[in-house]
Amino acid sequence: MPRFLQRFLAYRAGLAAGAYVALLALVALVTLVLPGVDPHQITDHAMVAPSAAHLLGTDELGRDMLTGILYGTQVSLAVGVSAALGATLLGVLLGAASGFYGGWLDLAVMRIAEMFQVVPSFILAAVIVALSGTGLTQVVLVIMLLAWPQIARITRGEVLRVKQLEFVDAVRCLGKREWEILAAEVVPNAMAPVLAAGTLVVAQAILLEASLSFLGLSSADIVSWGRMLNAGQRFLFNAWWMSVFPGLAIFLTVLAFNLLGDAVGSALNPRTVTR
Amino acid sequence: MRRYVLARLAWAGPIVLAIVIVTFLIIHVVPGDPIQALVGDFPTPPGYAEQVRKDFGLDQPLATQLWLYLSNLAQGNLGFSFSNRQPVLGLVLDRAKYTLLLMIPALTFAAILGITMALAAAPRAGGLIDSGITALSVTGFSIPIFWLGQILVIAFAIQLPWLPAQGMVSARLSLEGWPWMRDVLWHMVLPVFSITIFYVAMVARVARASVLEALSQDFVLTARAKGLSQRTVLWQHVLPNAMIPVVTVIGYNFGHSLTGAILVETVFAWPGLGNLFITSIGNRDYPVLVGIFLVSAIAVVIANLITDILYAALDPRVRSSYGKNA
Repeated sequence: MPRFLQRFLAYRAGLAAGAYVALLALVALVTLVLPGVDPHQITDHAMVAPSAAHLLGTDELGRDMLTGILYGTQVSLAVGVSAALGATLLGVLLGAASGFYGGWLDLAVMRIAEMFQVVPSFILAAVIVALSGTGLTQVVLVIMLLAWPQIARITRGEVLRVKQLEFVDAVRCLGKREWEILAAEVVPNAMAPVLAAGTLVVAQAILLEASLSFLGLSSADIVSWGRMLNAGQRFLFNAWWMSVFPGLAIFLTVLAFNLLGDAVGSALNPRTVTR
Repeated sequence: MRRYVLARLAWAGPIVLAIVIVTFLIIHVVPGDPIQALVGDFPTPPGYAEQVRKDFGLDQPLATQLWLYLSNLAQGNLGFSFSNRQPVLGLVLDRAKYTLLLMIPALTFAAILGITMALAAAPRAGGLIDSGITALSVTGFSIPIFWLGQILVIAFAIQLPWLPAQGMVSARLSLEGWPWMRDVLWHMVLPVFSITIFYVAMVARVARASVLEALSQDFVLTARAKGLSQRTVLWQHVLPNAMIPVVTVIGYNFGHSLTGAILVETVFAWPGLGNLFITSIGNRDYPVLVGIFLVSAIAVVIANLITDILYAALDPRVRSSYGKNA
C-alpha cells in the first residue's frame, strides 16, 4: 500500500470525513440525475414539524426540508470544489512564478496577496456580489479572488525551498529551460502542503457561500443551505426545524472538509508517525 | 521603538491606498454604470445622480476619476444614503460603536476563557481538557456563526424563555439610567455569547500551543528548580510569555471577528454595522455597502498596526531587531 494511503487510513477522523464527503458527492449526483422530484414544489402543508411524512418538517411554503437539504448539496459542493480548484490553480501559478523568478514579480504578487489577506474578505465578497449580481458564477469568482493568496503564499514558500535542492541544479545541467524546470520539477515537488490547503479552501468556500446566501445574496431560484437558513431566520419563533437542519448540514460538511484537509496534510507530511 | 513604529506606519500607508484603489476598481469593473454603486438603486431626488457624476468626474479619463475619488474620500465624502437620509461616513461610524459594544466584551471573554483553558490543559497534554480544546477549535472553525446564533435563540430565548431574542433594548419599555443599561446588558448576553464561543476556539488553540512552548523553556525549569509551585510557575512565568501570541492572534483577526459580529447582528437584529449592511442590501443602497467595506478595511489596518506596536511593547526581541536606538 502506498505510504500516503497508509498514513491517511491511520487518521480515523479524516477517514470518516472522507466517507462523509463521498456520501455527499453521491447525494449531489443522484439528485442531479433523479427525474420527477422538484425541491421547489409548494404544498398545503406549510411549516409542519418533523414527522413520518416529512422527516425534517416543511418550510413556510410547504416544501419538504429533507428534499431541500439533499438538493442543496449540489450548490455547496459545486461552489466549494470549483472555487477551491480555481483558487488553487491561480495561487499555484502566481505563487510558483513569484517564488521561482523573484524580483519585482515576487514583490508585486506578495504585496497584492498581503492586501487581500488584510481586508475583511467576507465584507468584500458581499459588496462585490451585491453589485455584480447573485449568480453562482459571480460567487465562485469572488471566492477564488479572495482565496488564492493563501495558496500563493504556501506555494511560494515551498518553491523557495525546493528550488535550492540539488536535483534542480542537476536538471538545469541537462539543459532544460527555466520554465520547464519550474513546471516539471519544482512545482510537483512543492504540491504536498498545497493539496492540504486546497482542501481547507473547499471548507472556507462552502462557509462563505452559505454566509452570502444567508444574507440573501444568492439567487432565489437555487436551493441552497444558506438560503434555507435565511428563510429559517424569519420563522425562528414558529419553526425551529427550518434553521436547525440546514445549519447542521453546513456545519457537518465544513467540518468534514476541514478534517479531510488536516488528514491529507498529515498523510502527505513525511514526518507524521503512522499510528 | 520609534523606528519600529515608523516602519509599521510606512507599511500601513500603501495598504490603505491599495484598499481604496481596490474599492475604486470594484465600483468601475463590476457590470453596469459606476453611478449605480455611488448612488444606489434607492429612489434619489432628481438631479442627484448627475451631481454625483460631476463630483466624481465619471465623464473624465480613469486617472482623473481615481484622483477625484481619492480627494472625495480624503474629505470624508463616502456619499449620501437616501434610505437612511444621512451621509454614509457618519452613518457607518455611528453604527460601528454598537458593533464594538458586542466585539470588545466577546473578545475579552474569549481571551480570558481561552488562556484559562490552555493553562488548565497544560499539565496534561492529551488529557481531557486538552482533547476538549482540540475538538472545540475544529468545531469553532467549522460552525457557521449565524447558525450558532440561531441555535442559541431557539434554546435560550424561545424554548427556555430566559433571554431576549432580538434588539438592543426592550421596545415596550421606556427606560433611563441604570435600568436602561441593565436592559442593554441583558440583550447583549446571547450575541456576545455567540461571538465568544466562536473566538474562544481560535484563542484556545493558539494559547495551548504557546503555553506548551513556554513550558519547555529553560526559565520554567529554573523556576521549578527554585521550588516554586506549579500554580506560580504557570501564572507568573508561563502566562506572560504565552500572552504575546494570544494578543497577536486577536489583533490580526480583527477583520475576521468584525465579519463574525456582522453576521451575528443580523440574527439578533442588533443595530450595528451588520444590521445596516443587511438593510442596505435589501434597499440596494450600495454607497453604504461600499462605505462599510472601506471603513472596516481601514479599521483592520489600524488594528494590525496597534497589534504590531503592542507586540513590540510586550516582546523586547522585536524592538531590538530594529536597532539599539529603537
